[in-house]
Parts: sequence; C-alpha cells; structure tokens
Amino acid sequence: MSADNLEQKYKPVHTNKTGGSPFTGITGWIDNRLPVIRMFKHEYLDFQVPKSLSYFWSFGGILTICLILLIITGLSLGMHYKPDTKYAFDSVEKIMRDVNFGWLIRYAHVNLTSFFFIAVYLHIFRSLYYGSYKEPRQLMWLIGIVIFFLMMATAFLGYTLPWGQMSFWGATVITNLFSAIPFFGESVVTWLWGDYSVGDAALNRFYVLHWLIAFLIVGVVVFHVIALHIVGSNNPSGIEPKDTRDTVSFSPFTTSKDLVGMLVFLLIFVAVMMYAPNYLGHPDNYIPANPLVTPPHIVPEWYFLPFYAILRVIPDKLMGVIAMVGSIAVLGLLPWLDFSRVRSCVFRPIWKQCVFLFVLNFFVLMYIGAAPADGIYVVIGRIATAFYFAFFFILAPLVAATEKPLPMPESIHEFENWKKQGKIKTINIFSK
Amino acid sequence: MNENKNKDKSTRRDFLTTVTATVGAVGVGAAVFPIINHMNPDSSVKALASIEVDISGVNEGQEITVLWRGKPVFIKRRTKEDILKAKETKMADLKDPQEDKARVIKEEWLVVIGVCTHLGCVPAGGQGDYSGWFCPCHGSHYDTSGRIRKGPAPTNLEVPKYEFVGSDKIKIG
Repeated sequence: MSADNLEQKYKPVHTNKTGGSPFTGITGWIDNRLPVIRMFKHEYLDFQVPKSLSYFWSFGGILTICLILLIITGLSLGMHYKPDTKYAFDSVEKIMRDVNFGWLIRYAHVNLTSFFFIAVYLHIFRSLYYGSYKEPRQLMWLIGIVIFFLMMATAFLGYTLPWGQMSFWGATVITNLFSAIPFFGESVVTWLWGDYSVGDAALNRFYVLHWLIAFLIVGVVVFHVIALHIVGSNNPSGIEPKDTRDTVSFSPFTTSKDLVGMLVFLLIFVAVMMYAPNYLGHPDNYIPANPLVTPPHIVPEWYFLPFYAILRVIPDKLMGVIAMVGSIAVLGLLPWLDFSRVRSCVFRPIWKQCVFLFVLNFFVLMYIGAAPADGIYVVIGRIATAFYFAFFFILAPLVAATEKPLPMPESIHEFENWKKQGKIKTINIFSK
Repeated sequence: MNENKNKDKSTRRDFLTTVTATVGAVGVGAAVFPIINHMNPDSSVKALASIEVDISGVNEGQEITVLWRGKPVFIKRRTKEDILKAKETKMADLKDPQEDKARVIKEEWLVVIGVCTHLGCVPAGGQGDYSGWFCPCHGSHYDTSGRIRKGPAPTNLEVPKYEFVGSDKIKIG
C-alpha cells in the first residue's frame, strides 16, 4: 500500500469541537468552550410553542418553582432537624417555636407539598383531557409517571420525619405493604426497618432517603424537559403546529404567561399557608409517636387518599397492594389503550365525558380513603375502584374504537378562529 | 495469538476474559453484600431480643401489653368462656386454620404479638365480632385465640417464642 492510499483510507476526526457560537466577546468565549449559552438560547428564547396554549400549560413551570422552593425550605429545615427518635419530635417543635422564622419555613415546606400535588394533579388532568400522552409524547408521559412515583415516595418519607403518631403509624402501614411480597416479605420489611419494628434505624434512613429521592426527582425532571423540547408542547387543539401562524416564541410570550400563572398559584399557596397552615394536615401528628397505641383512624395525607382507598377496599392483602401500585402504573398503558388518533377532548364528545367521570370518581375515592373501612363505604369504594380500572381497560379502547370525532380545523390558527366564532368550546377557566 | 493450536479453540484471551469477569463478579458481590446487609438489624439489636415479664398481677379476663423488640405483645389471661369459644371453633370457619392448643402453652394464657398481620397496626382488645381483637386501621377481626376471622389480614396474630419461668413469669424471646 502506498502512502497516498493510506491517507485516503482514513476519515478525519474532530475531537476538538470549539467554535460555532453565535455570540461574541466573553459570552462567545465561554459558549465556545461550554455550549450551555447557545443551548439556553435555542431551547428557551428561540423555542417555538403553539400559540393556543392555555393556562393549563403553566403547571410545568409552576411545578418547577414548587420543587425549587421545596428544596430551599428543605435545606433550611435540615439544618435544625435531628433524625433520632428521641429528638425528632422535639427538634420539629423547636423549629416551630424557637428557630428564627422556623414556623414559616416549616409551614411553607409542608404546604408546598400539598400544592405540589395539586399542581401535579392538574398537570395530569391537562394531559388526560388534551391527549398529551399520545404519539409522539408517550415517553415523556412515562417519565412523568416515574416522577409521580418518586414524589409519592419522598412525600411519604418526609411525613415520617416529625415522628408524630401519624408519622409512626403511616410509616408502619406503608412499610408493611412490602410484607405482602410472597416468601421474602418479612425479611424485606426487617431489612427496610433495620430492626423488628419502625424505630430509630428506620427514621435515620428515611431522612437520608427523603433527601436522595428529592434530588432524583430533579434529575428525572431534567429528562422530562429534554423530552418536551424534542416532541414539543401539545396544545388545546391537539393539532401539531404547521407554520409561523401557529406558533409564538417561548420567550417572552410563554414565559410571561407562565409567570402570571406562577404568581396566582403562589398567592393562593401563601394564603393557605398563612391562614390555614394545618388545614391540609392531620392533628394527630402533633402527638409524639407511641408504638403501643394505634390512632383509631389512620388517614394518610389527602393526596394519597384515592390510592389508599383502593388498597383498603380489596379484601386480600397482596391483591390490595398490587391494585394500589397498579392504579398508578396503569397510567403508563394509557397511550396504547386509548389509541384514538384525535388528541384533544375538544373534538371527542364521548371520551370527554369519560374523563370528567374519571375525575369525579377520583374525588369519590379520595372521600372513601378518609372514611371508616366498613359498611357502605366499602361498597362505594369497590364500585369506584372498579370504575377506575374500567376507565383504562374498557372505556379507553372502546371509546377509541367507536367514537366519531367532531369536525376538526386544519391548523392551530384556524382553531383559534373557530374559537372566536364560537364554533368550539374549551375549558374556560384556564383558557385565554 | 494467531498460533492457537488448542483443539477446543479456546485462546489465552478467552481465559483472561473469564478470569477478569469472575474476579469482577466476586468483587461486585463482595462490595454489594455489606452495602445491603448493613441495613439489617445488627447484633446489639438482636441481643435485646428477650425479656421477662411478671404475670402474677394479671387477673382472669385481663390483658397486659408489653413491648418486645419494639412491638407490643399481648398477654391475656383468658376466661373459661374465652377458652371454650376458641376450642369449639370449627377449622372450616378459619381463614388460617390452627387449633387453639397449637397456639398456647397453658390454656389460660394467650401470648401473641399485638401487631395486625395486615399492615402492622395494633388491634384493640375485647372488640370486634369475635370478642378477641379488632384492628381499627382496615377492619380485621381476631377471635379469643388471636386467629383471623374477618377482614383483610391474611394470617393469625403471631405467637412469639416464649416459655414459663417459674409459676408467675414469662420469658419472651
């Protein structure tokens, strides 16, 4: 082989990719070496979003703000809290009474959790109603479900930390869910506890895991957002943007709108935190944990109630646990169970009713989760549980197969015109 | 390496791959086991695993609760009626069939771990449809032998390992 041939055979490589920044000066110098500035410009300034987005699309931003505030307040609380069964309860009381602004920081952390779940449920409802889980956004939807699971885990772990009666018995009941695992159940639970009951070892590790999972959420949220920036935002019409008449720049249009949404949401949050800080909590958690006395009524936080109801109404232990976990996991199958090609409920008259019924049923389950576990409540709970699963396994494919969608506009700007002409109705409270 | 004359075609590289993979697997296993196992109860926790309880002051029909391994243990001095009820129950009526005599050492004394086998709450004594215990969390009913009769709990209240030390003391664990 001659030297000439040899050189032709090898393709050039460029391991050094500096350059190509649209910026100059210091910004350009940095951007050529760490291309985050152009990424930010590309993803947040030039990024195009459908112009028909309603306030329902602000909840992603609202959730981000909530997550940041939760981490900041959590960091502050962590500087004063002691994860030891002897001191945990008292250290929380010290935060409430002695630490400068401790009451504010703790009430903010506690109520932000509730508002985080409110925002997440509205965010999930938005996806259900406007078909945001459908092609090509299935993976983004699945990542969202992972975030939801992690949120529930963190919220549960955080709730055990004050070591009140509800903390202790909540921890006992939830960790005992693992004892339903065939054969290894008991060993798994002992391993989780590091003892033969929920105690000091458990509290200490719950505290560590509460931190860990909070940051895992941040990581998975980054994935959720990366996926969003590839598939783009859905919108109330469910139609993909086609040309510049259909879109606006993310900044300043969506950012300013999202800021309004965040402000209104945070104002409501502050009002609740200041005037009814314990309204969403359970008074029994201000009684120190006592392993000998189970409170007559063990009730989880409101955001767990629907799933807790599903657990309780099933008379078999293992099946109850499977149904409870399954009730969340089943959301992941929805993009395939609901195979209708029309995304938005605006054009799906029957599915729209199903979604509203599902929401109503969710509230019924929430009520049942807080009611005593006997009599008529169990019967209602079983019907509601049956409907919950029927929504996914029967209604979704059935409606997708049989429903005749309403006539649809060709594009988003036409959709907007139809809306102005009163030809179509959208959910009014969050539109405009 | 081109000069491999072994009949089974295995090379030095195959050998190195196998050895490296084995050492790697052993190393990972050796590292993972402590990381998993440190979360289990340690010897100091296990050492606290037995207690002695004085039962001389417990009258017929009374029940005391003691803490063992962080869990409540019910020690109940059963009445004749309780014992009779427990003995007469047909095995067919039980979800987790077990004779009463298999659950006690002395008929008069029932010793069970006071943790509902459903999700770990403490059942309340003298309540429920079978006058044994009733768990307020998810509605499990236990009879006078601590056996599950109704509700979501899968098994009977657990009987801990115990023995009578003298006439008025029980050693649990």
